[in-house]
Amino acid sequence: MSTEKSVWRKAFEWHEERLPLFSFLDHSVGSKYPAPKNLNYFWNFGSLAGFMLVVMILTGVFLAMNYAAHKDMAFDSVERIMRDVNFGWLIRYMHANGASFFFIVVYIHIARGLYYGSYKAPREVLWWMGILIFLAMMATAFMGYVLPWGPMSFWGATVITNLFSAIPVIGDPIVTFLWGGFSVDNPTLNRFFALHYLLPFVIVGLVIFHIWALHIPGSNNPLGIEAAPADKIPFHPYYTVKDAFGLGVFLLFYFAVVFWVPNMMGHPDNYIPANPMVTPPHIVPEWYFLPFYAILRAIPDKLLGVIAMFGSILILFVVPWLDTSRVRSATFRPIFRFFLVIFIINVAVLGWCGAQLPEGLPLYLGRVSTFYYFFFFLVLMPVIGWMETPKPLPASISSPVLKAAE
Amino acid sequence: MANTAPVHHAGDGETRRDFLLHSTIAFGAVGGAMAVWPLIHSMNPAADTLALSTTEFSLANLQEGQAITVVWRGKPVFVRYRTPAEIEAAQKVPLNELVDPQKDEDRVKKGEEKYLILVGVCTHLGCIPLGSKPMDPRGDFGGWFCPCHGSHYDTSGRIRKGPAPANLTVPPYQFLNDTTVRIG
Ligand code: HEM
Ligand code: FES
Repeated sequence: MSTEKSVWRKAFEWHEERLPLFSFLDHSVGSKYPAPKNLNYFWNFGSLAGFMLVVMILTGVFLAMNYAAHKDMAFDSVERIMRDVNFGWLIRYMHANGASFFFIVVYIHIARGLYYGSYKAPREVLWWMGILIFLAMMATAFMGYVLPWGPMSFWGATVITNLFSAIPVIGDPIVTFLWGGFSVDNPTLNRFFALHYLLPFVIVGLVIFHIWALHIPGSNNPLGIEAAPADKIPFHPYYTVKDAFGLGVFLLFYFAVVFWVPNMMGHPDNYIPANPMVTPPHIVPEWYFLPFYAILRAIPDKLLGVIAMFGSILILFVVPWLDTSRVRSATFRPIFRFFLVIFIINVAVLGWCGAQLPEGLPLYLGRVSTFYYFFFFLVLMPVIGWMETPKPLPASISSPVLKAAE
Repeated sequence: MANTAPVHHAGDGETRRDFLLHSTIAFGAVGGAMAVWPLIHSMNPAADTLALSTTEFSLANLQEGQAITVVWRGKPVFVRYRTPAEIEAAQKVPLNELVDPQKDEDRVKKGEEKYLILVGVCTHLGCIPLGSKPMDPRGDFGGWFCPCHGSHYDTSGRIRKGPAPANLTVPPYQFLNDTTVRIG
C-alpha cells in the first residue's frame, strides 16, 4: 500500500483548511474532548436531552406541514394528521410523548446536577444556561399543548396566561397583549404556533452556549473532584459508545409508550374540540408542570401564589451561592444527601398533589411540601454547608482504586 | 501620529470622543426601541378585534329565575333574571362580610335590579363559573361556583369564598329599550 493520501482525504483536508467543521465537532463532542474516566450513566442524560431536541424539531416540522393554526381548523387538522396523513399518527405520537420523555430526561439531568454539585464553581454559568433551557422548554411545551385546540389546550392557555393578571396595575394589559384580544382566541392560537415553531431553535442556541460553557472547565464527575489529565479519556469513542448504548435503552422505553400506550400521559378530554363557553370540571396541566401547579395552588393568595410558583424555578439560579459547601459530590456529604433525597421525593409528592382537587389532604400535603421545597433551598442548603464535615475526599479519581489494588 | 491621539483634558474626566460614543449609543438605543415598538404593538388587539367590542341582545324571552349566557368579546356574559328572594339576599349582606366590598345596587341599573349582568369569567384565573344552567351547582351563596379552584360567588356575583380576589366584573352596558341591552 502506498503512503500517498487518497483523493478523498485530500478533498477533506482542503475543506477543513477553509472551514474546520469536523475539527470543531471533534473538539466539542469527539476524540479531542477529554472526559473524566469515572462518569456513570447519569452522565448519559445530557446527550439524551440533545437527542430529544432533535426528535422534537424533526417531528414538529413535519407536523407543521399538515397543521392549520386557526381556531376553526386546528382541531380537525390534528385529527386529519391522526387519521389520513401517512404515518401522521406516528409523527404526532412521537411528538406528544416526545415532550414527556424530553422532560423526564431533563428532570433526571437536573437532579444529577444537584446530587453531584455540578452547579458549583466553576460551572455556575453552565448551570444558568441549563435553567434558561428548562424555562424555554416549559414555554415551548405549554404553547405546543395549546395547538390541538381541545378543552385542556384552551383552558390551560387561559389559566396560565391569567397568571400574569396577578401583577398589580400592568397585569391586565399584559394579559390582553399576550392574547391579542379579550380572551384566548384565534390571534392567541396563531402567535402560539409561531412561537412554538421559533422557541426550539432558540433552545438550540442556548444548548450551544451550554456546551461551550461545559468545555471551559470540562465535565464534573461522580466524585466531584478535579479530574487530572491522567484520569481523562477521549469522549469519542469511549462515551459516544456508552451514550449510544444508553440511547438504545432509552428508545425501548420511549417507543414502548409511543406504540402501546400513546395516550397514557395525555388527557382524553383533549380529543373534544374546545368550547370557550364551558370550562371542564377538572382541568390539570401536563404532568411535567404539576409540581409547580401544586405550589401555585398551595398558597391561598393569587399574587403570592404566582410569585411562589415562578420563584420555585428562579431560585435555581442562586443555588450555587445558597450551597455553602465547597465539596461538590453528595457522596461525601451524608447529611446533605439525606435531605436532598427527601427533596427529590418531595417534588414527586408535589406532582401528585398538583393532579388532585385542591381540598382536604392534597391541599394540606401540598402546603407542607411547598414549605419543604423552599426550606430545603433557603435554609438546609446554606446551613448544612456550614455545619457538615464532609467525608475525606480521595486525592485523585484513580487513587481509591489503586489503593484497593495494593 | 501624535496629533490624532485622543487628547485628555485633565480634570473633566470625559473626552470629546467619549461624548460622541455615548451619544451615539444613546441615539442607537432610542432608535432601536422605536423600531421594536411596531413589532410589539402588532401583538395587541387588532382593529377588527376591537370592532367586535359591542353586543346587543334581547331580554324578551327571559323568565324569572332563569339565566342566559351571551358572548361579548369572545367571553361569556351572564344575564340572570333574579327572583325577589335572590335580590333581597344580595342586598342584605353587610359590607364588612365581603372580600371585595360593593353594594348590590352599585352592580345593577336602577329600576332594573332584577337583571344582573356580569362578565362570566372567574377573577382568579379565568375559568367560567357554573350556575347559569338549571342543573349547575351554584356554590355556597346561591350565585355561581368556579370548578377550577373552588371560588364561590353570591347572587350579586360577589366573591365570598375561595382564591378569587375580586367580584365578577359588571361590563359597561345600557338598556336601549325595555327589553334590549347593549354591552360594550
Ligand atoms: C423543544 C421542543 C418541542 C417541544 C417540547 C414541543 C412540545 C409540544 C407539545 C407538548 C405538543 C402538544 C402535543 C399534543 O398533545 O398533541 C406539541 C404540538 C405541536 N408541535 Fe411541538 N414541541 C417542540 C418542537 C416543535 C417544533 C420545532 C415544531 C415545528 C417546527 C413543532 C410543531 C408542533 C405542531 C404543528 C403541533 C400540533 C400538532 C399536535 O398537537 O400534535 N413542535 N408540541
Ligand atoms: S379560575 Fe376560578 S377559582 Fe381559579
